[in-house]
Amino acid sequence: MNDVWTYFTDHDSQIYSWLGTTIWLALLPLAIGLIISLPIGWLASRYRWAYPPIVSIGGLLYTIPSIVLFLALPGILGTKILSPVNVAVALTLYCIALLVRVVADGLRSVDPLTLSAASAVGYTERQRLLAVQLPLALPVIGAGVRVAAVSNVSLIAVASSLGVSQLGSLFTIGNSTANSTPIWLGLILFVLLALVLDALILLGLHVATPWRRAVSR
Amino acid sequence: MSDLPSLGLVPGWLTTAAHWWGKHGLLVSLREHVIYTVVAVLVAMLVAIPIGLAVGHTGRGSFAVAGLANALRAVPAFGLLILLYVVVSPKIHYRDAIGWLVPRGALGSLLPVEIMLAVLAIPPILTNTYAGVQSVDPEVRDAAYGMGMRGWQVVRQVEFPIALPLVLAGIRSAVLQVIATATIAGYLPFLGGLGYLIFNNGLPQINDPDVGYPAMIGAAIVVAVLAIVAELLLLTLQRVVVSRGLSGRYRARSLPTQSSYVTANP
Repeated sequence: MNDVWTYFTDHDSQIYSWLGTTIWLALLPLAIGLIISLPIGWLASRYRWAYPPIVSIGGLLYTIPSIVLFLALPGILGTKILSPVNVAVALTLYCIALLVRVVADGLRSVDPLTLSAASAVGYTERQRLLAVQLPLALPVIGAGVRVAAVSNVSLIAVASSLGVSQLGSLFTIGNSTANSTPIWLGLILFVLLALVLDALILLGLHVATPWRRAVSR
Repeated sequence: MSDLPSLGLVPGWLTTAAHWWGKHGLLVSLREHVIYTVVAVLVAMLVAIPIGLAVGHTGRGSFAVAGLANALRAVPAFGLLILLYVVVSPKIHYRDAIGWLVPRGALGSLLPVEIMLAVLAIPPILTNTYAGVQSVDPEVRDAAYGMGMRGWQVVRQVEFPIALPLVLAGIRSAVLQVIATATIAGYLPFLGGLGYLIFNNGLPQINDPDVGYPAMIGAAIVVAVLAIVAELLLLTLQRVVVSRGLSGRYRARSLPTQSSYVTANP
């Protein structure tokens, strides 16, 4: 354990820079993925015919191994193979694949009686969606976002096998020097990052759904 | 702009017979990839299903199981693999081949890969088995006890068959993950699988129009196709093994009066 700490302090500026890259690689695709999934998921929940194709395309996208996307995107986007942009785009696609279904299921899970009540008190369809249906779907959507966040973080590590420079580089360095210290450090930082991200999302959900606390008390 | 060989070379690469046959051809790599996957998933099933059934049946330890499964999920597979390799491999001095399964010198790489893949496959199977048993209607369980079944009989003849769709869903997502992740086995020396063409052979000479980028993408496409085929096969298996009383796939004629269990759990 001491070795790990010494390694950290000896290489702190490099590790902070990697940590920075890793954090934005974890956050940005999640945010963009969620923003894109919301309208698509709404479409799938609003129109019955749209649900099966949207959900199966998402499922199919999710079966594509991450390494395939990390490799193919440079050829498609014209980026360098070591560019973190490939990782960001690939993770965004995974987030969309996972979240579209979650958003659709979440919106569908809202009790139709609640929706009728909202219409009856004068909400337009758009107001009802944004002020009633979406907030009530938040717990389901939030659960999906948590899964996407944690799986994103571990997919970022895979990208380092191709040489993309971020926290996962600790693993490749440990491998090339046959030294387990940087590997332990990398594992600890990755797990911590996943846990912190998960806790933040939970906290956000807690704040955004005050009515659940009122009921559960 | 990248100076990689064009993606347009990939179809030509994939349709060249020489890339399928041969010592490190796609077919040999594909077979190795499937073996790595099957071994890891079987080991994970042997660990996860009994624990999941026990926890679901007794209701004891569910908190620990959920916590452990979540923690395992957060561990990056690539880091775990490298750690196991750096720690385990120097301790293994057995260098001979083991049958046709383990080539000479490969045990020190293969063991870390299989452990990593099994660890990866355990959480989805474990949590789904446990959730499947938990979701069994308490009235159904009571009825089984009422008919005189013992604890073990209830698990084997009632809870497990009812939980089976969820267990199989867990196995499906485990297989998917393992197929995708087994690719990084090729990162270690002596090992094959489709990752060999990507990491061992492709990455160091990525600008080569024959064994470089086009070969890496070609192998990667085969991984994706393998994942999709495995998913379809397992879905078919699920249709066969899940009790018709659960899936509701009766022929119209033989449909009994509405089963309250099925309608209560759509």
